[in-house]
Amino acid sequence: MKRVYAKEEVCIGCRLCEVWCRTEHSRSKNIIKAHKSEFPPPVSRVLVEELMPVSFALQCRHCDEPECVESCITGALTKDESGRVVYNEEKCVGCWTCVLVCPYGAPQRDLERKKIAKCDLCPDRDTPACVEMCPNQALVYEER
Amino acid sequence: MKTYQLPEVRIERDKDRCINCGVCVRQCAFNAHKFDEDGEVYSEDEKCVACQRCVSLCPTNALYIKDNAPFVKDNANWTAETQKYIWKQAETGGVLLTGMGNPKPYPIYWDHLVLNASQVTNPSIDPLREPMELRTYLGSKPDHIEIEMVNGEPVLRTKIAPQIMLKTPILFSAMSYGAISYNACEALGRAATELGTFWNTGEGGLHRNLYKYAPNTIVQVASGRFGVHSEYLDAAAAIEIKIGQGAKPGIGGHLPGEKVGPAVSETRMIPVGSDALSPAPHHDIYSIEDLSQLIFSLKEATEYTKPISVKISAVHNVAAIASGIARAGADIIAIDGFRGGTGAAPTMIRDNVGIPIELAIAAVDARLREEGIRNRASIIAAGGFRNSGDVIKAIALGADAVYLGTAALVAMGCHVCQKCYTGKCNWGIATQNPYLEKRLNPDIAAERLYNLVRGWSHEISEMLGGMGINAIESLRGNRLHLRAVGLSREEMDVLGVQVAGSPMA
Amino acid sequence: MSYVIIGNSVAAIGAIEAIRKVDKEINITVISDEPYLVYSRPLISEFLAGQVKEEMMGYREPGFYEKNGVTTKLGKRVVAIDSAKKSVKLDNGEEVAYGKLLIATGGTPFIPPMKGLGKERIYTFIKMDDAKQIDALVPEMDHVVIIGAGLIGLKAAESLHHRGVEVTVVELANRVMAAVLDVDAGGIVQSALEKAGINIVTENTVDEILGGKAANGVRLKDGREIRCDAVIVAIGVVPNAVFAKESGVEVNRGIVTDNHMRTNLPDVYAAGDVTEGPDYLNGGNRVIPIWPNAYIQGKIAGLNMAGVEREFTGGLAMNSIELFGVPVITAGLSNIDSDDLEVLTKIENGNYRKIVLRGSTIVGAVFVGKIDRAGIITGLIRDQIDISSMRDRLLADDFGYIDFPVELRKERLGAVAK
Repeated sequence: MKRVYAKEEVCIGCRLCEVWCRTEHSRSKNIIKAHKSEFPPPVSRVLVEELMPVSFALQCRHCDEPECVESCITGALTKDESGRVVYNEEKCVGCWTCVLVCPYGAPQRDLERKKIAKCDLCPDRDTPACVEMCPNQALVYEER
Repeated sequence: MKTYQLPEVRIERDKDRCINCGVCVRQCAFNAHKFDEDGEVYSEDEKCVACQRCVSLCPTNALYIKDNAPFVKDNANWTAETQKYIWKQAETGGVLLTGMGNPKPYPIYWDHLVLNASQVTNPSIDPLREPMELRTYLGSKPDHIEIEMVNGEPVLRTKIAPQIMLKTPILFSAMSYGAISYNACEALGRAATELGTFWNTGEGGLHRNLYKYAPNTIVQVASGRFGVHSEYLDAAAAIEIKIGQGAKPGIGGHLPGEKVGPAVSETRMIPVGSDALSPAPHHDIYSIEDLSQLIFSLKEATEYTKPISVKISAVHNVAAIASGIARAGADIIAIDGFRGGTGAAPTMIRDNVGIPIELAIAAVDARLREEGIRNRASIIAAGGFRNSGDVIKAIALGADAVYLGTAALVAMGCHVCQKCYTGKCNWGIATQNPYLEKRLNPDIAAERLYNLVRGWSHEISEMLGGMGINAIESLRGNRLHLRAVGLSREEMDVLGVQVAGSPMA
Repeated sequence: MSYVIIGNSVAAIGAIEAIRKVDKEINITVISDEPYLVYSRPLISEFLAGQVKEEMMGYREPGFYEKNGVTTKLGKRVVAIDSAKKSVKLDNGEEVAYGKLLIATGGTPFIPPMKGLGKERIYTFIKMDDAKQIDALVPEMDHVVIIGAGLIGLKAAESLHHRGVEVTVVELANRVMAAVLDVDAGGIVQSALEKAGINIVTENTVDEILGGKAANGVRLKDGREIRCDAVIVAIGVVPNAVFAKESGVEVNRGIVTDNHMRTNLPDVYAAGDVTEGPDYLNGGNRVIPIWPNAYIQGKIAGLNMAGVEREFTGGLAMNSIELFGVPVITAGLSNIDSDDLEVLTKIENGNYRKIVLRGSTIVGAVFVGKIDRAGIITGLIRDQIDISSMRDRLLADDFGYIDFPVELRKERLGAVAK
């Protein structure tokens, strides 16, 4: 299964992956509306970690045996046949158990919706938005 | 002291489009963009160097950088620029420093030279259908060759001096590790290898990890002798003795200690943090005979297996100097015109010293031909080549090949902001700052360099075909294929070209 | 041969999903005394609060059993196991034969002896039916006393408060969530509860439940009487293992298993809250009645039942709870005093962060408020990573993989995640 991997050697810490992730997961999918007028605002599923001079983007790793899926109290997180960790937002009650167990710190708390947000690998696109829009090819979407 | 200097540019931010994502803030090493206390982005014009990094990365096209040339009372002498320089020096008492090549509006002779094309009487060649040879060999050619027939087959009896083979007559010029980033060196090495041409280490030595590109590397030996050792010389395809550089003829170089980190230090073989000072002259070269000694020392050191190049700035007496270099035993003469770039040079020198490369090529080629020694050395022309038209015209004027420096940097992302000497290159090219350096992804940069040279090579093939020529070597020094537009008689004489409209014969 | 699973909550689901990964054919029968398809037990508080409807409480989609070829016997209680005959006996006299058996009967509320028990309107709060009973009475209730300020008691308190019922929580310890939170963290949570209007009585206990047929008040140890319309006993749960013990299964506090989730009886496994399984941090066996642990134990049991050898690396106590907007996360040894442990803490604007170290590894953590990415710490506990190089950054709000040694980071982020 293809996953997103970061190449920290060439991550420039611009955080455009976060910008485009929010846009992709907004209602309008319009970058300006998504950031200026949508409420609740879309939450980025990818997080750039930075401690000068190193930076890299991190998102759900779609683990083989995901702690989050095994721990989710409502069944909102499941693993589908393709290997993706699929998230059903309707079922999430914001208990933050996935926040507690995910060793990557991948699930983000969406405080306005009181639900988590996590990478869905952009099901509407061939390549996830963060990968495609990275200006320095610091994210790759590939099989490893 | 209150500065009297005025912002050179104005940063315009379209607030309707700006989403406060802060890409501009994070990308500007000059701190021209900032977050205020409320997390709103704002800009400070006076810090902007117009490198366009923020404009390129802004995801909503909210930024626009405008020229902010101040209105100074109409005066051709005391222009805004001359006043700016004076304010700066009145405040600092220092030498004006800058980067990149001469930006002054001197005549660009390429734009006054036009190429020929075949019509009716001599057929043009379609390079997509017929063979087209861009291959060029650089190195000393013999005065004559002896061939012996052995069992009815011709066998070459003359020993040919070492040559380097270029698949296209374009090389990447000397840019040192230290002046440019490791990633930039890696990209140049990789692109040269893929293109079947050469890149040049400059005087910064060759990083261990880049020895894999050595077969496509020309290594430099400059007045500071940084990073020169036998393994370095052995690894290279050719060796270049650097006497001068077009952007700053007659002076040496200075890599500030801040740029000398552990890797640069190891590569250059100097202590971490120490300034790397290249003396203006080589202290062992005060004559053509001294130069000859160094040329032959390098030949001895590498057992006569590699061509030796000598690089000089194009100056008034360039033809005679080139003749001396050829006679001193150099296999290649590289001539760098005054539009050639640099990582750092005193502004006054960059803008006022040296001559245009067009005139230098023509003068050197003519002189070597007159003396009957043109075959002894190949000529590489350098200094501000902007497109394939410039390249093909240089070859028609007499060059064997052309060095690209600035064009290669621009291909990689440089926007010619001329702030290389600050070490804060926002494009990750002219910097050793690890945060900035990684902005140049060598995968992307190598591909861009490859694409550029590939595109130019295609264009050169098309133009050659249009002239009915099927090999680049057949054009070399063939000035009949050039005509001048808008030049004086004296300029045309030096260039050795006729005015447009004059007949072929 | 067939597999029988007693119990129908998360451990059972973990086992079913694991078995079906390796064996699509074998018969699986699930027996449960609850009449429901699997639902999310922790959601009973959201149900009681009126925030989640019953139909949204399914832990798996409605077709889960059919899709996985599972036969269900719901509303039936197993009363005995005959390990010689390899069958279980149900409360209706029916016998069900098993090839392999998984006991996943969970926990049962612990109700200490006190005067006045046996009245109506005394509830526990761990199952759907508990929530439904309380829910039906909400319109008639003005005030409820909850005994126990642990996770269950406080979630019940929040739910009832949300419905407009006044709540008094009585707790024996000197603070809320005393089992997992220290004084500082407990204090932050307690003040949030009190600010919201929950009455909290600490260092006290209910001596007697007052009333006639139905409870209408409590008398505390200090003699105080509190009038109320119902009492919820939420002191804790104990493994639901009585029938197992009577059938010859070794039971200490819970059913004792090895690291393959096997009990002392052949082909009999146990998983979930009923189990006293290996304890990761302390060694030995321990009952760790938490949801993730139950799923993982169920999964390990299922794999081993289906013939895939897999070891349970041990349970790790951990919890995530949010009360009145204050999220709280605890993991491992979050509140234990011991000479071999070193504690790092930070309190900032109502946010609390605590890391418990044993030598150069993390063994416990507490986050109150800013809990984001707490799982990275949980992971470091689980994998017992040497944190020497990142020690100074452990309490930072933005602690992350950036602080990991580069090799470890690349190993973790550069390959397919386990």
